[in-house]
Amino acid sequence: MGFFTGLFWLAVAIIAAMAAGWVFRQAAIAVSPKGVAKELRTAPLTASFGMLMIILYILAAFFAPVIAPFSETEIVGREYQAWDNVHLLGTDNLGRDMMSRLIYAARNTVGIAFITTALAFLLGSVLGLLAAVVGGWVDQLLSRAVDVLMAIPALIFALLLLTIIGTSVINMILVIALIDSTRVFRLARAVAMNIVVMDYVEAARLRGESLWRLITREILPNAMAPLVAEFGLRFCFVFLTISALSFLGLGIQPPTADWGSMVKDNATLISFGDITPLLPAGAIALLTVSVNFVVDWQLHRASGLKE
Amino acid sequence: MSHIWSMVFQRLALGFLTLFIVSLIIFGATELLPGDFAQEILGQSATPETVAALREKLGLDQPMYIRYFGWLSDILRGDFGESLANGQPVADLIGRRLGNTLSLALYAAAIAVPLSLGLGILAALFRNSFFDRFANASALTSISFPEFFVAYILIFLLAGREGLFPSISSFRTDPSFTEYLHRAFLPALTLTLVVTAHMMRMTRAAIINLLASPYIEMARLKGMKPMRVIVKHALPNALAPIINVVALNLAYLITGVVVVEVVFVYPGLGQLMVDSVAARDMPVVQGVALIFAAAYVLLNLTADVLATLSNPRLVHGR
Amino acid sequence: MSRLSGSHGISRRGVLQGATALGTAALITPYGTPLRAAPKRGGTLRVGMAHGSTTDAMDPGTWEADFMIFQAHTRNNYLTEIAADGSLVPELAESWEASADATQWTFVLRSKVEFHSGHKLSAEDVKASIEHHLGEDSTSAAKPIVEGITDIKADDLTVTFTLSNGNADFPFVMSDYHLPILPAKDGKIDPTTQDGCGPYKIASIEFGVGASYVRHDGYWKAGLPYFDGIEQIVIHDDAARQNALLSGEVDYIDTADLNTVSLLERSPGIEILAVTGTQHYGLPMDTRAAPFNDVNVRQALKYSINRQQLVDTILNGFGSLGNDHPIGPGQRFFNTELEQKAYDPDKAKFYLKEAGLDKLDVDIHLADAAFAGAMDAGVLFAESATAGGININVVREPNDGYWSNVWMQKPFAGTYWGGRPTEDWMFATAYSEGAAWNESFWSHERFNELLVKARSELNDDLRREMYFEMQDLVANQGGTIIPMFAAYVGAYSDKLAKPDQVASNWRNDGHRIGERWWFA
Repeated sequence: MGFFTGLFWLAVAIIAAMAAGWVFRQAAIAVSPKGVAKELRTAPLTASFGMLMIILYILAAFFAPVIAPFSETEIVGREYQAWDNVHLLGTDNLGRDMMSRLIYAARNTVGIAFITTALAFLLGSVLGLLAAVVGGWVDQLLSRAVDVLMAIPALIFALLLLTIIGTSVINMILVIALIDSTRVFRLARAVAMNIVVMDYVEAARLRGESLWRLITREILPNAMAPLVAEFGLRFCFVFLTISALSFLGLGIQPPTADWGSMVKDNATLISFGDITPLLPAGAIALLTVSVNFVVDWQLHRASGLKE
Repeated sequence: MSHIWSMVFQRLALGFLTLFIVSLIIFGATELLPGDFAQEILGQSATPETVAALREKLGLDQPMYIRYFGWLSDILRGDFGESLANGQPVADLIGRRLGNTLSLALYAAAIAVPLSLGLGILAALFRNSFFDRFANASALTSISFPEFFVAYILIFLLAGREGLFPSISSFRTDPSFTEYLHRAFLPALTLTLVVTAHMMRMTRAAIINLLASPYIEMARLKGMKPMRVIVKHALPNALAPIINVVALNLAYLITGVVVVEVVFVYPGLGQLMVDSVAARDMPVVQGVALIFAAAYVLLNLTADVLATLSNPRLVHGR
Repeated sequence: MSRLSGSHGISRRGVLQGATALGTAALITPYGTPLRAAPKRGGTLRVGMAHGSTTDAMDPGTWEADFMIFQAHTRNNYLTEIAADGSLVPELAESWEASADATQWTFVLRSKVEFHSGHKLSAEDVKASIEHHLGEDSTSAAKPIVEGITDIKADDLTVTFTLSNGNADFPFVMSDYHLPILPAKDGKIDPTTQDGCGPYKIASIEFGVGASYVRHDGYWKAGLPYFDGIEQIVIHDDAARQNALLSGEVDYIDTADLNTVSLLERSPGIEILAVTGTQHYGLPMDTRAAPFNDVNVRQALKYSINRQQLVDTILNGFGSLGNDHPIGPGQRFFNTELEQKAYDPDKAKFYLKEAGLDKLDVDIHLADAAFAGAMDAGVLFAESATAGGININVVREPNDGYWSNVWMQKPFAGTYWGGRPTEDWMFATAYSEGAAWNESFWSHERFNELLVKARSELNDDLRREMYFEMQDLVANQGGTIIPMFAAYVGAYSDKLAKPDQVASNWRNDGHRIGERWWFA
């Protein structure tokens, strides 16, 4: 029976999510200027639900001190208190308010993940497209350099670098962005290589278009789709990398809250059927799914399919 | 075709260059780590005298470049050296675990690759349907959980007291094939959940990206069945990015699974590398790093050759 | 069977009672505790261990973590043994005596002890086993503890050690886990040998993965061991280890995750084993560096830590309060008169004022490598210290390289000690001036003077008086905050049976679970 109850609640959750998405879309259309409203109408319910969630996350991140009932670091009770009226989601392994830490973590985690991913894409895609378009020794040099970096297992490489330079947030962003950018480079280059051999690119070259124009006007628009898809995933991989690093003993400086470390700190509870670690893990999952729903919508628009 | 062969040879040669540079970087990075082998292995009980004596005994007091070139000349003769910690030949240490690592990677890939390609194609076919969204959301949810957490959940659900599968796959004796499949099922399933979403989404994205192309439009207008359009016309042209992502994930299955190894007590190369880095056991670190790098280079080369073969324009050059 | 010679230094300390019962070991556990039911032989014990690295090695000089220490006591015997009640009993040495100034120690070995290989134990083996750790070029971690030995004479079954300075605790030193007796060949031991004369022989061992052992049929302790064999499995991850126990893949785990131990306890068929002994966690301050060179600052910090909260939260109650000195309540000369420090922000403020400060900013460098929960302990410390006007910034250091890069390198860090069986050994190791592991770089004239005096003092009352004063000095002048003594917490399946008293000097019943426990 447990299975069917689960199925029932899953259905309820999906319906509620879609309903929220619908309400949000109607509201957004009503308040948006005409052009934006027209775009919004094309959004499927999943994408509007995704946007709603992203906005909620961003609000939580910005207004964490206002929303959170307690401070991020204050010890307000005994460890692992049950859920009650005061501590809505109970307390963590040190007796800090779980709910407040989840909210503060949105600020730290989303911020770090966004900056890291943006940096990785800036570096990776620019160099990747450049390598594909220019070719020759530039391509060789960049590709071999990336090969070398990728040939070293990412987690172990991150572990090495962070142990050497220290685990400040800045260092962590830089190291993860560097490692991630190699993956982006490869993808961008692979996609662009297929486009570079197209006739219209050849034509543009013969027209004497500048390198910058070639990349931004001819190649990029056609390479956008896989890159955008990759962005959605890379974004959430950053949380996972931080979480894996904290599994191996590195990670964000305490007492700063971040979802990855919160999963790690409470993870052993799951062996006894306690769902506490599912809260931060769920926060990551919900954001990942939301971001990717929006990405899918944009992907669909970019593909030019009219159906 | 001939230039494919020349590409292969060229890339293999470059592969050796990559290995060489990787060994330099790993050596340099390990040197830069605080503390050396003598300090780490003696740990809290290190005294200045014993540290000095141990360094001298193992030749760690020699300058960095002499140690590196010593190691390099041994490697070129095919000698991986011996572990500083316990004197076991590095080739033996790696050999025992390489088999484990490869079989787990193969096991996971055998489930994950067909699964994700299949799901990706179906998702592209039924794009924006409930199936597409649901498959997507489930796959995304599964990769949003850290690996060790996925592992814990699987253990909780499937191992337990009267569990179907063992919670640790440690095997001290050579297991039979079926026993292996049974004992290593949970780690393989965990890894499957970790890599499936990435490959599936890339398959879906690459195919959808092509669906607006004129030639697909043409095929459709001819009245071809949607499934046939995708498999016959879209898929071959979408292969390059898909192969790329599959190769990346296979490389990950070989080199990046240390967390899963730890949780399931699976004696693979990742744990060996992490332990050796922690102890600054240079010959072992270098040996494992070379194996990882070689695996990556070969997979990469295979992916590039296949991607080239999948694009007639690239095969025939101009 | 094992009558002890009346060496005055030893017998007067009264630590050897109970050893005479060895002859009737079939009815009585080795160390004199009557049993509820006679232990049975049989079964293979499967042990899940939290430590063990692929870089472990057979050389006893490199042993440091639990995997190899467990291996050591399963495969080997020592000259002397710390019994479950903390007293010193003979093992391979049948008896010993000291010269009047405690500089010469003569051990008489048991006859007819056989190694797994069939080699017969002789004094030459003992001499070679100890000499392995001695000498200029020794790379052994045990070098500092045997350094005082200037000469070893072996004659059939008699070994005589000559020490540079008198040491009344020398027989205790011989029980150190680095000093197993291995077979000698041509006056030297082979440090990579897998031979030994302990209860089990190694069937196979793979570092970082596990080891399996089978019973040594010719073991000299009559009726022991009970198990047919032992499987030792390395399971680093806390959750994986507990799951292995819950799902019956192992019978015993050496370390239970304190966060969830109460949940584990409630699981059917699982028992928790918690023993508090000498293991303690500390926060050493470099007493040479400002601001820690001012004893008032050190006192202010000592009053700013909420010990009870740490024991409740970090140890989940599995431990006891520390009083800033490393001597455990179970030890012979534990100072019972010393006032227990408590969390007191007002006192902290008072001492800060004494130091001429109205507030204090310090960094503490921690990693969970220092002790389990060190990061969390740092966070709690920082929270509680604010009330006394002290702002503590917790710096997370990588676990990797912690002991070489942070510990004794940064002025304020974390540490743990498994503890030492004697007061002298502990103080000499980590508090005496110039000791390699004097983590707080503390140098106190009166303390150092007392240390040397107490070592060769044979009158217990005078010795007690001196050790009481030394504990006071360390607690109120010293540079290490010792907030808690941590229990060793493991768990086991109720299929296992254990003796009434479990040793607290190490985990796993003094790492001798292999010869002390059995399947019910």
